[in-house]
Amino acid sequence: MLSPVILIPALLNGLLTGAVYALVALGLTLIYGVLHIINFAHGALLTAAMFAAYFAFQVLGIDPYLSIFLIAPLFFAIGYALQRFVIGPASHGEDRNMLLVTLGLAVVIENALLFGFRADTRTIDVPYAFQSIDLGFTYLAVPRLVGFVAVFAVAVVLWLIMTLTDIGRAIRAVAKEKLGAQLAGIDVAHVYAVTFGLGTACVAVAACLLMPTYYVNPGAGNAFVLVAFTIVVLGGMGSVPGAVVGGLVIGVVESLSSLFLGDSLGQVGIFLIFIAVLLVRPQGLFGAKA
Amino acid sequence: MRSFVPIAIVVAALAVVPLLVHSNVVLNFLVVALMIALAGQGWNILGGYGGQYSFGHAIFFGTGAYVTAILQVKFGVNAWLAFGTGIAAGAVVGVVVGWLAFRAGLRGSYFALVTLAFAEVLRILASVTPITGAGVGTLLKLDLRFAALQFESRAVFYWLILALVAVALIVTYAVERSRFGAWLTAVRENEDAARALGVDAVAVKLGAMVISGAITAAAGCFYSQYFLFVDSHIAYGAWISVEALLTPIIGGAGTIFGPLVGALVVKALGEGALLVTGQAPGLDLVVFGIVLIAVVGLAPRGLVGLRAQLAARWRRARAGEASRG
Repeated sequence: MLSPVILIPALLNGLLTGAVYALVALGLTLIYGVLHIINFAHGALLTAAMFAAYFAFQVLGIDPYLSIFLIAPLFFAIGYALQRFVIGPASHGEDRNMLLVTLGLAVVIENALLFGFRADTRTIDVPYAFQSIDLGFTYLAVPRLVGFVAVFAVAVVLWLIMTLTDIGRAIRAVAKEKLGAQLAGIDVAHVYAVTFGLGTACVAVAACLLMPTYYVNPGAGNAFVLVAFTIVVLGGMGSVPGAVVGGLVIGVVESLSSLFLGDSLGQVGIFLIFIAVLLVRPQGLFGAKA
Repeated sequence: MRSFVPIAIVVAALAVVPLLVHSNVVLNFLVVALMIALAGQGWNILGGYGGQYSFGHAIFFGTGAYVTAILQVKFGVNAWLAFGTGIAAGAVVGVVVGWLAFRAGLRGSYFALVTLAFAEVLRILASVTPITGAGVGTLLKLDLRFAALQFESRAVFYWLILALVAVALIVTYAVERSRFGAWLTAVRENEDAARALGVDAVAVKLGAMVISGAITAAAGCFYSQYFLFVDSHIAYGAWISVEALLTPIIGGAGTIFGPLVGALVVKALGEGALLVTGQAPGLDLVVFGIVLIAVVGLAPRGLVGLRAQLAARWRRARAGEASRG
């Protein structure tokens, strides 16, 4: 069972899956790092973006990888508007209320999708879905490889935004010291909304990367979001490198535990890690002590 | 005794309903609404009075439901005893989860997350382990006898759930009036300050979790007896975690009648939404979500606090006018 012929492909596959997890987690951790709340609507937004990618392909005939350039800006705008006009005003600056509002949004989005599209599971059919590259000792699926590369491209773009642009500097300022940033003339409501928009855009990219090989139904995002919560907790809330490393680690853990324990219990392995990390080291591997 | 009188009046008024209304549809609606109210009353102790927002109260509901069902089906235990054991199991689960979470100092987002994760782990475990009936679920035998805690008339089920709600109202009242309740609200308002004044915050939150778990578990026990079926999605699914927090938040978190008012309003809105559009799935929950956001945004003290909030606003407006004039 432990032969390298099985183990190495499982490891590689875990890393490739983990990259997409990392991208979902990246959006979550970005929002947490600045707004200090967990966005419980993250999974529902992922599902919504997957539906967007599905319809972009089925109705407009746009390849999911190309539709990134359409859907990511669209979801940036949606995220911006949600934070600016719904979450911000409704929560009166209280963290507890923000949790409730994002949960309410999750319920609304998920069930609106259920109402609109029923519980049917949909997939798209692209020619490269089952293509793979022969490495000699194992095969790598092309869509997963594309996803892996794209995730790192997104991470680099985010890093450039954060370090080089004015809005990036403003976001970092607000994350560090909200009141001080406000006194320096930064529009905190705007920065919050931009951050939320960026987080939502990450999810939109992840959705487009998933669509060629995955399916979508109104509950599809939930499977990812609990994994993303685990990654964010493991990597440290608000830590971007933590999200990337955590994502890869969790991808490998899931791949190995479903190899040894079977698919349904593979997920339990993730949650046990989640609970253990929360209880033993709540600040995560990369997080500063609160 | 001032606050005890309203409880008696409300319960008495609800108790005569089956004598006046004989429609099974109406009674069924009220039974389900009261069951959700009970689950919400459990959440209200911990979330409303203690400020610890759980996003996974399905942990307790599901444990109560499964313990009640499994003890009867697999072990032949008497239904009443199984019901009581289910409630106790909810309290025990409260101790375990509470001890793990509060000892680690988890608050706010973290506490919400860890409760959610526990519910999800239990859901997955329940869907694969043989004792819960795995994916198929557990079916209770139809046995319409008093000894089996099953009744031919819906009215009796109605009075049973009303009695449980009444007990939970009295427990809530007792908590509110007690020293323990004062500690609990102190922890909600400012945990560090409460600690500085010598409140053992971990013990207080743990106590609230135990009471909360037992009450919400009772709702789960009732579910099994009433519907005679339970599976992992019903027991540990997100729906009950959401409804258990929705009802007190909408009705008024940290008030005695909040969950009851919230459950009746939420369920009525849900039924209304389904009536308007036919039985389309999902629409009732869309309405719940919108109401949740609207209440948090516009009436942070819930429907029970709305009157006081409006009165205060009106007084301020009048004072403003007076000072201008």
